[in-house]
Amino acid sequence: MHLAYPAVLAVLLFCTGLYGVLARRNAILVLMSVELMLNAVNLNLVAFDVWLRDTLHAGQALTLFAIAIAAAEIGIGLAIVLLVHRNRGTADVDRLRDLADPPPAGTPAADDSVTAPTDNGADEATPVRRQTA
Amino acid sequence: MSSAVQLAAATGHGLAAPGHGFLSPTGVEIAFLLVGLATLGAAVVTVTTRQLVHAALWLVVTLGGLAVEYLLLTAEFIAWVQVLIYVGSVVVLLLFGLMLTKAPIGRSPDADSGNRPAALAVALAAAAALVWVVVDAFRTTWIDLDKGVQGSTAVSGESLFRHWVLPFEALSVLLLAALVGAIVLSRRNGDTGGTSGTTGTGGTGGDKGAPTRGKEKR
Repeated sequence: MHLAYPAVLAVLLFCTGLYGVLARRNAILVLMSVELMLNAVNLNLVAFDVWLRDTLHAGQALTLFAIAIAAAEIGIGLAIVLLVHRNRGTADVDRLRDLADPPPAGTPAADDSVTAPTDNGADEATPVRRQTA
Repeated sequence: MSSAVQLAAATGHGLAAPGHGFLSPTGVEIAFLLVGLATLGAAVVTVTTRQLVHAALWLVVTLGGLAVEYLLLTAEFIAWVQVLIYVGSVVVLLLFGLMLTKAPIGRSPDADSGNRPAALAVALAAAAALVWVVVDAFRTTWIDLDKGVQGSTAVSGESLFRHWVLPFEALSVLLLAALVGAIVLSRRNGDTGGTSGTTGTGGTGGDKGAPTRGKEKR
């Protein structure tokens, strides 16, 4: 089999996942896109392991480790998303702007989309802090 | 005898000229291409659909297609691990997450954020650059799939428990840590729920904010 087939498929899957991570708003959909990117890397690992005939089977062992780490990552990530949803009532990543820079005072043009979420975040920061204390 | 073998090999390969034909794909390549197209299409639908639950179900198709690709690359054990862990547990976890965060069932208009054109530009640029580099680098490289199975369970297990024991054990510790961390994160504050004084009011305050925010979103 030509090596370009799995390599190109992995590249395209990775870029699909990249688009999903950048374009999605729901945090769980972002996690799904991260899974796509991880799977693209796994496909590359398996293909190159079969191509190189590694005696230690490093590619397949690393693929198994990556799958296990991805399972751990998705568990922790979903726990965090559920916690955020419980505290904020939303799982949209672009509403969580507590750490964002405050919008400059002289630009009222983008206020509709920027200031309202930050105000909500400032209101809701107190229950979060109380909960962790 | 050897000439007979060579003759058989020559007739067996037929028109695929010296060793590998660039424009005469083998059956495995055609199967890989078709399954790869299905996988890629399902992945694209996963990241573009506006129905959140459908995205998770298309992710099942993507991951299953990748398992078939692993089988075609003679990595059997990885393929079944993929089916077990990804299709079996990760997608189920994602579906639970979608339902616990009260994802809307129908089409949700705000599934994509505002920076979709920028994301599309970045993804297309990355895809073009990477495809160009990869095709240029591996134009004359072939995988020899006929020389024994590379990823059977016996071979994988032997190498895993002979050469990779220490990472394996470290990984089990990491899985345990992730398990404990997920439990700690998703538990409500304190063992007693909302009965204790100050944390209880904090919890109810947070919960009181949640439904109004959710309604406001819809």
